[in-house]
Amino acid sequence: MGFFTRKSSASSAKERLQLVLVHDRTDLTPTELEALKDDLLKAISRYIEIDADAVQIGVERDGRSQRLVADIPLKNVATRQRAG
Amino acid sequence: MTAQVITVTSGKGGVGKTTAVANLANGIAMDGKRVVCIDGDIGLRNLDVVMGLENRIVYDIVDVIEGRCKLRQAMIRDKHYQELYLIPAAQTRDKNAVSPSDMIRICKDLRADTDFIIIDSPAGIERGFRNAIAPADRVLVVTNPEVSAVRDADRVVGILEAEEKGNPALIINRLNPILVKNNDMLSAEDVLDLLGIQLIGIVPEDESVIIGSNRGAPVVTDPKSRAGQAFRNIGKRLQGEEIPFMDLEPQSTLWKSIQRMAGGRK
Repeated sequence: MGFFTRKSSASSAKERLQLVLVHDRTDLTPTELEALKDDLLKAISRYIEIDADAVQIGVERDGRSQRLVADIPLKNVATRQRAG
Repeated sequence: MTAQVITVTSGKGGVGKTTAVANLANGIAMDGKRVVCIDGDIGLRNLDVVMGLENRIVYDIVDVIEGRCKLRQAMIRDKHYQELYLIPAAQTRDKNAVSPSDMIRICKDLRADTDFIIIDSPAGIERGFRNAIAPADRVLVVTNPEVSAVRDADRVVGILEAEEKGNPALIINRLNPILVKNNDMLSAEDVLDLLGIQLIGIVPEDESVIIGSNRGAPVVTDPKSRAGQAFRNIGKRLQGEEIPFMDLEPQSTLWKSIQRMAGGRK
């Protein structure tokens, strides 16, 4: 990595802290979060078809509170029929 | 008068809690208030040397709790300020010698004729920390703009929230404006955004802090020190005054003198 393309150490500190604080505050390890995502998607898929590749699930900070934010695109009926 | 009890804590050790307590206490005493400091670090007494009072200790807080002396006898008067006192920690190894209810009782006895009681919490989140926050009306969390200190500060803030200790206020200590400008240190804004609590002061890194500790004369009494100025400002904010935050932009002395000249011509 060249000198000019190197990311500043302050921004890596901030990014790393953002992640670590979410896990500290929620007491949720990255592995557990992955398991949670899988279970969530499995449960939803039982009722409706989802676009698994476009799913985004993560913990976001909002001041001192965290929220689990899931963006789960659904496949619409027309797409499903064509696919079927 | 009825005292405000302020506890200074941090989670991580070595971020400047004891220095902050000594400086805030001296700063508030300079404003003519009656201040009592309590060293809450049982077994690792330190506030006495930073305040330059180590040779005056006869009794300590455990002597008070165990009834070997009266509270007044354990209050060491400062060398410079008649209305500033220290209740030293014991050097005993028994950390269980003090309980949260002991701290509440001592503060209750002091409240009536004191303006500020400032408690120096030990590092960590164990018994000593619990003792230190028990009587607090207000908690100040000290951190440095550095990953481990910020992470530990966040843990402490989480515990204070769970204990419903009110909204803690943040002191960002040892900020180096040149490193921040070069993007090699978390800025005050970064730290505030990460921790999500209110700010009460930013103390720039300043060699005169160590020189002050060496002499047992906290830097807050040095009118030329930037860190001293920052601590004086925090002291005034604790007394309810609205003091704007200092400008911590790094400036060369040449640039400063140009500005002064320009200002002088107006």
